[in-house]
Amino acid sequence: MTGMNENPLALLPELFLLGGAVAGLLLGSWLPRRRQGLVRWLATAAAGGGLVGTAFARQGETVFGGAYAVDTATTATRAIVLVSVLLALWLSADAVTGHRRETEFAVLVQLGGLGAVVMAGANDLLLLFAAFLLASVPFYALVGWAGDARATEAAMKYYLSGAFSGVAMITGFALLYGAGRATAYPALRDGLAPAPAALAAVGLVAVLAGLAFKAGAVPAQFWVPDVTDGTPAPVAAVVTTIPKVGALVGAYRLLDVAVPADVVAWPVLLAVLAAASMTLGNLAAFFQTSVQRLLAYSTISQVGYLLMAVAVAGRAPGALPGLLFYLAGYAVTNLGAFAVVAALPRARTLDDVRGLARRSPPLAGALVVCLLGLVGTPPTAVFLGKLTLFTAAVDGGMAWLAVVAIVNTVASVFYYLRWIAPAFRAEAGDGAEQPVAPRATVVAVLAAAVSVLLGIGGGAVLPLVTGGLAS
Amino acid sequence: MLSLIVFWPALVGAVLLCLPARLSARLFVGVWIAAGVVDLALVVAVWLRLPRQGYGFEERLPWIPSAGISYHLGVDGLSLPLLALTAVLFLACAVFALRETRRVKSYVVLFLALQTVSSGLFAALDLILFFLFFDLSIVLMYFVIAGWGHGERARAAALKFFLYTFLGSLALLLGIIALFLAAVPHTFDIPALAAANPLAGGGLYAGLTLLALGVGLAVKTPTVPFHTWLPPAHTEAPATGSAILAGVLLKMGAYGFVRIAMPLLPAGWRQYALVVVIVGVVSVVYGALVALAQTDVKRMIAYTSINHMGYVVLGVGAAGLVAGSDVQARALATTGAVTQMVSHGLITGALFLLAGVLHERGGTYDMRAYSGLAARTPRFAALFAVAAFASLGLPGFSGFIAEFQVFTGALGAAPVPTALAVTGILVTAALFLLALQRLFLGPLRTPDAPGAPRPLPDVRVSEALAVAPLLALALVIGILPRFLLDVIEPAARGLVELVAR
Repeated sequence: MTGMNENPLALLPELFLLGGAVAGLLLGSWLPRRRQGLVRWLATAAAGGGLVGTAFARQGETVFGGAYAVDTATTATRAIVLVSVLLALWLSADAVTGHRRETEFAVLVQLGGLGAVVMAGANDLLLLFAAFLLASVPFYALVGWAGDARATEAAMKYYLSGAFSGVAMITGFALLYGAGRATAYPALRDGLAPAPAALAAVGLVAVLAGLAFKAGAVPAQFWVPDVTDGTPAPVAAVVTTIPKVGALVGAYRLLDVAVPADVVAWPVLLAVLAAASMTLGNLAAFFQTSVQRLLAYSTISQVGYLLMAVAVAGRAPGALPGLLFYLAGYAVTNLGAFAVVAALPRARTLDDVRGLARRSPPLAGALVVCLLGLVGTPPTAVFLGKLTLFTAAVDGGMAWLAVVAIVNTVASVFYYLRWIAPAFRAEAGDGAEQPVAPRATVVAVLAAAVSVLLGIGGGAVLPLVTGGLAS
Repeated sequence: MLSLIVFWPALVGAVLLCLPARLSARLFVGVWIAAGVVDLALVVAVWLRLPRQGYGFEERLPWIPSAGISYHLGVDGLSLPLLALTAVLFLACAVFALRETRRVKSYVVLFLALQTVSSGLFAALDLILFFLFFDLSIVLMYFVIAGWGHGERARAAALKFFLYTFLGSLALLLGIIALFLAAVPHTFDIPALAAANPLAGGGLYAGLTLLALGVGLAVKTPTVPFHTWLPPAHTEAPATGSAILAGVLLKMGAYGFVRIAMPLLPAGWRQYALVVVIVGVVSVVYGALVALAQTDVKRMIAYTSINHMGYVVLGVGAAGLVAGSDVQARALATTGAVTQMVSHGLITGALFLLAGVLHERGGTYDMRAYSGLAARTPRFAALFAVAAFASLGLPGFSGFIAEFQVFTGALGAAPVPTALAVTGILVTAALFLLALQRLFLGPLRTPDAPGAPRPLPDVRVSEALAVAPLLALALVIGILPRFLLDVIEPAARGLVELVAR
């Protein structure tokens, strides 16, 4: 480490998000309600600036006394989160325009996104916890954003499980600190080597409980269906996408850099969590009739696939690129699927989408691409992500996990098809007269296109997410 | 050139997609026919300039180099006949579809996309590219069956088809990943993997890899016991969908054996060849016997497909029985297997189209509802009889050439299984004769609507134009097979050498 390296320019993308949020909040307070759309444009500009900053950021160093790592993983997370923020801002545009909390929506999305990015880059336990809070508190408020009874209940549930996992997490930090006598990851690794394994294991499990909450993975997945189903589609899209990205990259970094696998046997634990997430998510999704509940369970199973990469962290060269690429594909595809839901605000059940192909062919096309994308049909991005992850799992000595994932993938086809099939029926559903939200439709088609292009152009993208972690 | 053959239909489809759907159906189908003719002409041009050894018309571009994936196309004597079969069958379906009235634009675009996917699979020389087309064929066929099948049951059959074959495709993916990891440097390139032969030592890893690949391909072929998705899918699919499903999509599984499993896992293939032979024979006998018991004409043809694909599996299995047979016999069995793929595609494609004609006239596939049709519809009876005789392996048709080669090649190495398989021909002959007798002889009876006798018109010109060329081609291969065998034989010999090393 050369000095403390406190160059704020290293955090330019994060500063853009923060600045966009603060300026947006101030601007929104002075704008009349019908002009609040300006805040969305400001947020868009900030996210765009952040993307430019990401492209030109220096990589492979730690900054601020080694507390924050700026490397391939952080850069990729920045890009994924910023793009997700952009998509979320615009897929929500139809729903939030004219709402009295329009400004708040944009601001909360940006603040939560900032928390997710910092979670991914945190190289110190204390910063990880701060990031956890930053990624949680704005989203508590966001879940309650609609203000109706269902949203309030969802926010309450989200807040309570969040508070509980936060406490578990901070306890885990205390135990890890006690065992390893450091909070910075590299020092913690050295400290944990001679430490009592049981203490470190209990601490790690508690920390993982917190991260699992953010990722929506087993064993902290209970909030996902209620929150997703109880909130408007744009909010559900945000809370099932953006925090996941930060939590999973953060977990990968923590395990790979700070916790030696020979002290705590975390690979097996993570593999079991991965298998449990994908299986539980899939089984629960089977006979859902509400589209948002179905998507909620689908996101739980997707986290299971993503956790495969964390389970083989450090033992297969394809694990980190696979994780980052899959996250990129997942974020775009999942947001695309939610955009389809947001474009049909009155279609809450699978039956309501009947006749969609006739009413809006582009939207039906986006739905097919996004859902088959979530299955992992080539040539979409998630397919390439799955391919690299399965390869990493077999390479890392966990072929059984790849087999479980494959069986689950087949099972998942069933419920995604239950959604696709009615869209192509000739007869119209009850929601036949409902309006199709124009901006959400554009986002859905765009996300579907990006999901395919990312898969076909994987050759150009994959090298960008290949690289080591700085520590 | 190959890229053009592969992507030309999709390109035409994309253009059609931009046209408004209210234009006349004739226009869409007309464009489809024209596109099919162009594609067939391109394939013929490739056929005339195919090198005798190795791959012709190779195209290779880096696609995702960091993951070892390249865009690699090429054809040899094993793939080109199937590529040609694809072009011929799709053209036949296009002509047949002149009578289609339901959502013609989507229908045509879907079939054009399916043609791209099918041609791409046979031209692919990269495992991931192969898998991509393999998977997309499932997705597109799902929409064909669910969208243009016979009502509610079609959707259930389509779902079953999707789930079952998707499971197979993912097993295949697992095998592909295992092959990728075994090779140093890691690659998905088929010729490179064949040259490197990473699992030459055999052992458990090679066995499991072959198991994953084998299950994946066996589901698609399909062989007993992985065949249960096939009869409902065929019964509920539209006529053209059935023809493509049987004629082209089933070949993807069998082609996977000769393109992937045999050359890339020669040690494993030799070790378990007897298992493959037994699975093949069971498929032959079981498929024939179950077909004999069917009264639904389409189910019957579906089960004879299992029987016919069993001969292919028997042939490729016999090619792995290195001990107890000479190179020539094994090459003969392989040649027979590939010929059988082509022959089955032509004949079964024609049979399914004819079954579609029957359903359109009578509204049912139940053979018990018909009788004495020969008097009312002589052209239909003639075409169906020719197709049936071709399918049961009458000398003079392509099926005979193929099955004769398979049996001759396999007899020395596996006499008992081969002898058992020959009984399959006997049963097939019986069931086709029975079907002909039920449908065409005896007093005239048609499934009439109450009070109003159905008019039962004979085969129309467009239908005859779709079916007759397929049967003519089967006849030409049966009488003058050299033009086909000259292409297949060198490649089959090369494959046998790869398996024996």
